[in-house]
Amino acid sequence: MKRKVFQFLGFMLLRTCLYIVLAVLLLFLYDIIRKGGGAISWEFLSQPPRRGMTEGGIFPAIFGTFLVTMITSVLAVPMGMFAAIYLNEYARQTRLTRLLRLAIRNLSGVPSIVYGLFGVILFVNIFAFGTSILSAGLTLGLLTLPWTITASEEALKTVPNSYREGALALGATKWQSIRTNVLPYALPGMLTGTVLGLARAAGETAPIMFTGAAFFLPILPKSLGDQFMALPYHLYIMATQHHNILKVRPLAYATALVLIVLVLGMNMTAVVIRYRLRRKRRMGS
Amino acid sequence: MSPLKDPARTIQRKWAAAKESAIKAFFFVNGIAAVVVLLGIFGVLLYTSVPAFREIDLKEFLGNTVWDPTSPEKAEYGILSMLASTFLVTIGALAIAVPVGIGVAAYLSDVAHWRVREIVKPIVEILAGIPSVVVGFLGIVLFGPAIAKIFGIAHGLNALNGSVLLAIMSLPTIISISEDSLNAVPTAYAEASYGLGATRWQTLVRVKIPAALSGIIAAVMLGMGRAIGETMTVLMATGNARSFPTGIFESVRTMTANIAIELGEVPYHTTHYYALFAIGLVLFVITFLVNMAADIVLRKYQEREQ
Repeated sequence: MKRKVFQFLGFMLLRTCLYIVLAVLLLFLYDIIRKGGGAISWEFLSQPPRRGMTEGGIFPAIFGTFLVTMITSVLAVPMGMFAAIYLNEYARQTRLTRLLRLAIRNLSGVPSIVYGLFGVILFVNIFAFGTSILSAGLTLGLLTLPWTITASEEALKTVPNSYREGALALGATKWQSIRTNVLPYALPGMLTGTVLGLARAAGETAPIMFTGAAFFLPILPKSLGDQFMALPYHLYIMATQHHNILKVRPLAYATALVLIVLVLGMNMTAVVIRYRLRRKRRMGS
Repeated sequence: MSPLKDPARTIQRKWAAAKESAIKAFFFVNGIAAVVVLLGIFGVLLYTSVPAFREIDLKEFLGNTVWDPTSPEKAEYGILSMLASTFLVTIGALAIAVPVGIGVAAYLSDVAHWRVREIVKPIVEILAGIPSVVVGFLGIVLFGPAIAKIFGIAHGLNALNGSVLLAIMSLPTIISISEDSLNAVPTAYAEASYGLGATRWQTLVRVKIPAALSGIIAAVMLGMGRAIGETMTVLMATGNARSFPTGIFESVRTMTANIAIELGEVPYHTTHYYALFAIGLVLFVITFLVNMAADIVLRKYQEREQ
């Protein structure tokens, strides 16, 4: 009897842990939606900031984040996919392969500000791209790379071996079997995984602070060599660096809301696609 | 003539083989990019840090608590206060995140109905997806005032605030890896325990958690790595005072925050500039070691399972 009571209390304790986590998440979302929702309007989404960022909108920041994420994906998506194809389809269990995997795992643990420092030296100075969309996007691209590799490899692992063997048995070369049998099956999964990585990159601040994000730029960037405004950095400015922080607090909340909707929207699209895909496969097989 | 000896066919086959190896080489080059980037980061940080130590004594850099590079009398470059702040905030975060995270993981793996698990896991992923700058913002507007009110202090931008936020940010990592390792415990262990008359709670606490311990330790270390390297959250929520931390209600400045604050203002190619990269190098080495240690623990445990 006493043991049952113990068990009941123990499980209750564990359940409380879960409730705490869920409550924190709800509190986050509730606070941002309630206080940010009011300031959202078409004007806020489509206009540049005005009067020292105390009025107007955040369109340049939305546009900047979009552009920089494009650059990020141009670097991280193909490279991540190619690296995953090498690791899953070609690499044998050698010491070099183990080293590669170790490097990838370690790379995903490197602090984002360290990527920022690296970007300042490599892209801003050595490649002389200056503080620009290009430098910031490439820095974020390197940060995203380990995630896209891992996600793509997960997708490749779901391809049944019989697909590869079937093609090889018909006389196809390795590459033919990958191209015609493996990739079509794995591609949707690879894409959803990379979208998750890009969503995280779009919300990063530390790597772009010194590689291209601008404090305030009312005009849109004209080329990839220009500085840009970005949503996460704009939120940081509005929350801590603005000369009248309390007055712009509603705008900061609204910026946070837009950023969260963007990032979580990308996240959820990926998760829903992945879920559908799995269900379709389960029914098909 | 047999098709195998047809010269046209031979050329074709050779061409095809050359193409195959070219394709393989192409994927290989992309594959080793990760190693190149990792070595590149280390190399760049090391190379850019070296000039700093022409003026700064390494012992002073690591052992001095005063960081005052812009002082008109004598510039001082000691990172001990920041190092201590980073660890104070991180340990505080783990003190919160480890029990809660393991609790949630145990609940999901051993108590919850599978339907609950299906719903909760994506929700935890949502938590992982919230950008750090948003978490930092909530530290300013939500947790800061709450901490100030609860403990009756002037403002809540202190180490405790940073710890709470970092705990929230490292929870998804700790939960998901701990849950995986609890699920990986062979069912025979639990069955043997039930067979001896143990309850589910006893089995969980005395059999499953000990069996999954190395995975849980790895989860905690990965969470720790994240907390040490996190920038925006601590930059926004901990107040950024330069002094040596003396308690959780003190305003502190971590290594990451210090780089973020000063890199934008420092002139290029000064000792101060190089010293900021040296802090980055210290940060890189610490997180690298923590992640490596987590990796070794995790590997050992996976080998044993197989």
